[in-house]
Amino acid sequence: MIGHRKDLLGLEDLSAEEIISILDTARTFREVLDRPIPKVPSLRGMTAANLFFEASTRTRLSFELAEKRLSADTVSFQTSGSSVSKGETLRDTARNIEAMGIHLVVIRHQSSGAPHYLARHLEAGVINAGDGTHEHPTQGLLDIFTMREKRGRIAGLHVAIVGDVMHSRVARSNIWGLTKLGAQVTIAGPPTMMPAEVERFGVRVAKSVEEAIEGADVVNILRIQLERQRGSLYPSLREYARVYGVTSERLRRAKPDVTVMHPGPMNRGVEIAQDVADGKHSVILEQVTNGVAVRMAVLYLLAGRDTSAEAISESPTVEAKKSHDEPTLSPRR
Amino acid sequence: MTSPLCLRGGRVLDPSRGIDRSQDLWIDQGRIAGWGEDAPAALRSRPDVEIVDVRGAVVCPGLVDIHVHLREPGQEEKETIETGTRAAARGGFTAVACMPNTDPPLDERPRIEYVVRRAREVGLARVFPIAAVTRGQLGEQLTEIEDLVDAGAVAISDDGKPVRNAEIMRRALELTRELKIPVIQHAEDPDLKGSGVMHEGWVSTRIGLKGIPDAAESVMVARDALLAELTGGRVHVAHVSAARSVEIIRRAKARGIRMTAETAPHYLVLTDEAAAEYDTRAKMNPPLRSDRDRDALIEGVVDGTIDCLATDHAPHTEIDKDGDFDSAPFGIVGLETALGVYLRGLVEPGHLTLPELIARMTVKPYEVLGRGGGTLAPGSDADVTVFDPSRRWTVRASEFASKGRNTPFDGWDLPGQVLLTIVGGRICYRAETSEVTVR
Repeated sequence: MIGHRKDLLGLEDLSAEEIISILDTARTFREVLDRPIPKVPSLRGMTAANLFFEASTRTRLSFELAEKRLSADTVSFQTSGSSVSKGETLRDTARNIEAMGIHLVVIRHQSSGAPHYLARHLEAGVINAGDGTHEHPTQGLLDIFTMREKRGRIAGLHVAIVGDVMHSRVARSNIWGLTKLGAQVTIAGPPTMMPAEVERFGVRVAKSVEEAIEGADVVNILRIQLERQRGSLYPSLREYARVYGVTSERLRRAKPDVTVMHPGPMNRGVEIAQDVADGKHSVILEQVTNGVAVRMAVLYLLAGRDTSAEAISESPTVEAKKSHDEPTLSPRR
Repeated sequence: MTSPLCLRGGRVLDPSRGIDRSQDLWIDQGRIAGWGEDAPAALRSRPDVEIVDVRGAVVCPGLVDIHVHLREPGQEEKETIETGTRAAARGGFTAVACMPNTDPPLDERPRIEYVVRRAREVGLARVFPIAAVTRGQLGEQLTEIEDLVDAGAVAISDDGKPVRNAEIMRRALELTRELKIPVIQHAEDPDLKGSGVMHEGWVSTRIGLKGIPDAAESVMVARDALLAELTGGRVHVAHVSAARSVEIIRRAKARGIRMTAETAPHYLVLTDEAAAEYDTRAKMNPPLRSDRDRDALIEGVVDGTIDCLATDHAPHTEIDKDGDFDSAPFGIVGLETALGVYLRGLVEPGHLTLPELIARMTVKPYEVLGRGGGTLAPGSDADVTVFDPSRRWTVRASEFASKGRNTPFDGWDLPGQVLLTIVGGRICYRAETSEVTVR
């Protein structure tokens, strides 16, 4: 369970116990997804709204799927958010959500802190699906879930995070979650993409991608934002690929059974070489599947905040919400 | 004809003359008539004298704030000359210098004249308009500086934006050198600032907001020091926020370069941590910086590197400031909290004595503008502020006279209740809760 939380805004806010609880619940849902009818009635009668103020395909699909698998009613909305004044939009959005009696709000927004604004103004639970360059907690959770499945543990793992840490919400959520669970995180990337005082996250900052990968259990490769390359952060994608691209040759420095991850979408041949993306160490598609299970767990746990604490803690699986008139949808066979 | 006024028994504190003692202050015909026993006997015996008992309170020259945004003309939804000067009076300020980034900007004579005329009609505080350096504040073509000064401008600035072009800055300094007015610089390298919204440091890293490095300010302070040296003109650095800027200004002064500086209350008592919850009331430009910067600013105020204390009063509507951090405008209001915040941040911890603080808010800012004022010398304009330094009050933004309620100090407990604000002998503000009685 995640305490009596209304919202999931970032992994910075969560304790190690809360993260573990989400991961354990996600494992149950992961099993649900392998069934012939991968659907449970846990959120029946609840409505989730997916508000995507910034374009997204896979995160939006993943959330929608997770909601449907939990039998929630879903509404989705996507906008570039360019024509309307953003402040007004957020305030009006909050008012509209209240008026429509929505229970859970999933928000993706180009401005860091936008989900926090909604969370302050709404009774509904708010899930951050990526805010600006701040956090992307469900991505962090699914990455950690995947690492745990692959490596059997998180504590003591050597995790290298490579790329544009400054603009990466994925990096921040990974770093918070992993360090809370006792992993050793090393980051590497162009100095122009390292945020100020980044070592205060409790990570080691490597001088090169080779140094970061050395002996790593996991290499998590960040997407380089092509649209940001117009600026002065890095001379060219070609140069980036040459100096920071994760190639199979560079990967040889890692543990022999290294796990390679990428939050997607990938720029093949830039931050990740083609043969690494499709190679035997890559778990990139598993990440996508796990993402649905992790999001189901988050939705389930947040939606369950009104049920008694005992019911959740005694039975952290979906059985707690099993409905008698739908026995065939029982989560465990 | 108004009656003479006698402020009875207050602690008369006039740093311009090194005076700090309890005595009566006499005001007649809009001017300081005299102090205590030195007041003219004919005045003291007049039957129509209005006597105000201000025992226990400080009586000092009227506070002046040389960095205020009054928003009129053009943005009257945020503030007007009337609401802004009412806020000034409520905060103990008898005069404000207003920045030209109105809509349209104060870059032509009629616009300066409008501000002067409107302020006079309202009559709540003296308003000294600051004219734009460049037409439209576009940084390209100089304004008609002498005409604007003739119309009442007291300085030039493109505040809100820096004078980016070094050649234009150079010529502006040359053209103002003999006018004895400063070029007030909003020191900020626009490229280094980029789309930053807060101080670049651990907090911006942690909460994922784009940072503005301290060098964005300091680079331009350094450039301007060199241009002041080259031209002999005078640069006044607005709202200094960074330790490195303080160091550059200190060295420039030591070299004899004509450079002055101000800071604002929030930089002395807050850091970037105030923005950690995406509170748009902690968003201003320059941004709140680190502990180290705050400490260096206090040191700079103490040793005089920073000559005077202003507010950068920047009112915005509630809707402007509502929403996510990135899209909120920069700026907070300051007029109605400045005295209390300065007392709490500088005097209570012992960084400055009370007379030193008053100097930085009266005679010093007038010196920066290159004009007289900020004194209680007999014969001078009777601009007087009376406040009780020991009486504490709680900031209630909803009760501000300003239209802007955008303050990070809402709910703060502050010392220094303003009791009376007197402009040209006329009481422009009197505290409602005041125990000040008039006979």
